[in-house]
Amino acid sequence: MNDMRLIERAVDMDDIKISARDVQVYYGDNHAIKDVNVDIQDKTVTAFIGPSGCGKSTFLRCLNRMNDTIDICRVEGDIHLDGEDINDKRVDPVQLRAKVGMVFQKPNPFPKSIYDNAAYGPKIHGMAKNKAELDEIVERALRRGAIWDEVKDRLDAPGTGLSGGQQQRLCIARAVATEPEVLLMDEPCSALDPIATAQVEELIDELRQNYSVVIVTHSMQQAARVSQKTAFFHLGNLVEYDETGKIFTNPEDERTESYITGRIG
Amino acid sequence: MPTLWIALFALVLSVVGYALGRRRAMVSADGDIRNLHSRPNYYGVNAALTGLVPAFLVLALWTLGQPLFLQNSVSGMISDAQIEETGSLGLVMSDVRRVADGLDQAVAEGAMDAETAGNVRIDLTDVRARLGEVGVALGSAVSQETLRAAQAYRAQSSFGDLLKTIVVLGIALAGISYAVMRTNATFRARNVVESGVRWLLIAAASIAILTTVGIFLSLIFNTVEFFRLYPAGDFFFGTTWQPSFTGRGGSSQLGVLPLLWGTFYISLIALAVAVPIGLFSAIYLSEYASPRVRSVAKPLLEVLAGIPTIVYGLFALLTVGPLLLRVFGDDTVGWMQGGTAVMTAGLVMGIMLIPFVSSLSDDIINAVPQAMRDGSLGLGATHSETVRQVILPAALPGIVGAILLAASRAIGETMIVVLGAGAAARLSLNPFDAMTTVTAKIVSQLTGDSDFSSPEALVAFALGMTLFVITLGLNVLALYIVRKYREQYE
Repeated sequence: MNDMRLIERAVDMDDIKISARDVQVYYGDNHAIKDVNVDIQDKTVTAFIGPSGCGKSTFLRCLNRMNDTIDICRVEGDIHLDGEDINDKRVDPVQLRAKVGMVFQKPNPFPKSIYDNAAYGPKIHGMAKNKAELDEIVERALRRGAIWDEVKDRLDAPGTGLSGGQQQRLCIARAVATEPEVLLMDEPCSALDPIATAQVEELIDELRQNYSVVIVTHSMQQAARVSQKTAFFHLGNLVEYDETGKIFTNPEDERTESYITGRIG
Repeated sequence: MPTLWIALFALVLSVVGYALGRRRAMVSADGDIRNLHSRPNYYGVNAALTGLVPAFLVLALWTLGQPLFLQNSVSGMISDAQIEETGSLGLVMSDVRRVADGLDQAVAEGAMDAETAGNVRIDLTDVRARLGEVGVALGSAVSQETLRAAQAYRAQSSFGDLLKTIVVLGIALAGISYAVMRTNATFRARNVVESGVRWLLIAAASIAILTTVGIFLSLIFNTVEFFRLYPAGDFFFGTTWQPSFTGRGGSSQLGVLPLLWGTFYISLIALAVAVPIGLFSAIYLSEYASPRVRSVAKPLLEVLAGIPTIVYGLFALLTVGPLLLRVFGDDTVGWMQGGTAVMTAGLVMGIMLIPFVSSLSDDIINAVPQAMRDGSLGLGATHSETVRQVILPAALPGIVGAILLAASRAIGETMIVVLGAGAAARLSLNPFDAMTTVTAKIVSQLTGDSDFSSPEALVAFALGMTLFVITLGLNVLALYIVRKYREQYE
């Protein structure tokens, strides 16, 4: 790992996009997330790392209330997006998810054509006045997903027929098509080979221009490569949250050091 | 020895074989199962199966084959004159069998001793009366020739039974001893049993398939016979169904089109009822209902599938028919003349089909991966948008398959139609007219005293064949659709 490069990396923006205070999550009787406080900055890539089962995906899913779909899951605490409490009764989770997009661990294109996959969100939210505008949105999304050149000649082909890496980039394109403000990525590269991973990582770096990206990853190299800030979770606690360079070179907590050096996992 | 006793005896032998095989294996391994190739049970099962399976196979074949063999050998003793007098060889032979069985029964009940039964002579004993005493009724007095044949039948069949007992038990013994002899610590009993299990499963599967073939063949001969008596063109394209039972031959009009139209129309109404209701309830159960509601509601819905169709028929006849008549009858709009109508049968059949559609669709919707739902919800789609645009398209092939299966159920349904739709075969567009279906007409053509050589009775087989081909086609189509699109999400 190139330590020098990591240290030099600075966070250009200081705007807080999401702030979470005292977040607790319970699955039935199981206390999965304990007292998590975190501020996620705008136009920044934030990485969540930690051993399996430490709650990083669960916490990620709190940020767009995807945990609402799990019956036994209960979330407590305050999470503010642009100063607005997202767990407030007046907030429509459907509207929230349009603003906070999500890409999942396994590529999950819908059993529709590539075009319809990318057009799914824009159609639902009525973002296009007519077909020409929709075409434009789809093309822009696919270009941002770095997959346009590969699929532009077969937009009518089923999205499920693409390779794994292409599928994941299609899913990213699908997520950015709705113009979200935050993009949550739950281990987006775990099912991909190194080449596809490199493409997705490059993409994440580009997405930083417009969005705040939160990525959960098991690969510490990946966290180091793509993120500006890193949060280390362990057993449901947020152990340490700081600039990525600092976490990987000079962590304050013993547990963080043990994890990044491979002693616990 | 009766077949049941032979089977039980073979079973006992195989249990003994199990114990022997198991013990021999243990002995050869010096009592330590770690020295054995397979666990001791496998050696036991191997010995038991090696004896039992061939023995049962031979027993089954022998039991089926012996009457045929005896029939052939005894029928040579019947003279042509006798056959002419009675009508046909089949009738004579059934007399022979009755006399033979009757004599056996008389001996068994003690009405005759075995020796008397063996030496019965027609001129000394009134065989018919004596057999009547033990409950065997004969149509006419027994002729000398029949009696002789019956005695031969008895002798051969008791010899055959004895031989069967010996052969079957011999095979069981031989199999068991062969397997026990082979048993030692290195014998791969586990692999042998494994392949035995495979053959058992193959046999079960082939019985199901062979039965289908058998049903098909039993239909096809009579169908061919029908088309020899009645022109195929008139059957398939005739628009009148008017079988006559008084003047046989020539005067019947047996056009299948009115029946097919009735079948089609009623099924269409049934599906129009069942598909939306079934599908919507499936969506509710799989997507919206909480696990508690689901665990109560799903079995309740499936109770509908357990109601016998005759009960649905009564419901149609006594409740739905009169209700529809009150709404659409002469008192109001005058569309409906009687309680039995296409609409009555169609509505009730639709209710019957709801659980088929809902239960299958529910399973299929549940099989759509959670990742699809997450993906759609994560893009800010509402629950119903997710269902409409992602889940239903993903589950569509399976749902179409479920609907086609329900359709073939509807086409084959009989009791509801017999009671609810009336008996008039007619081509009409009014759903409040009485019509009838292919199945209902098969019932009416074969009930009562029917002569199986007239086209009026044989047409039932042609109708059955037509139905069989249609439903088979639908099922194949359903399978094809399901298979073609199944792997879309994976």
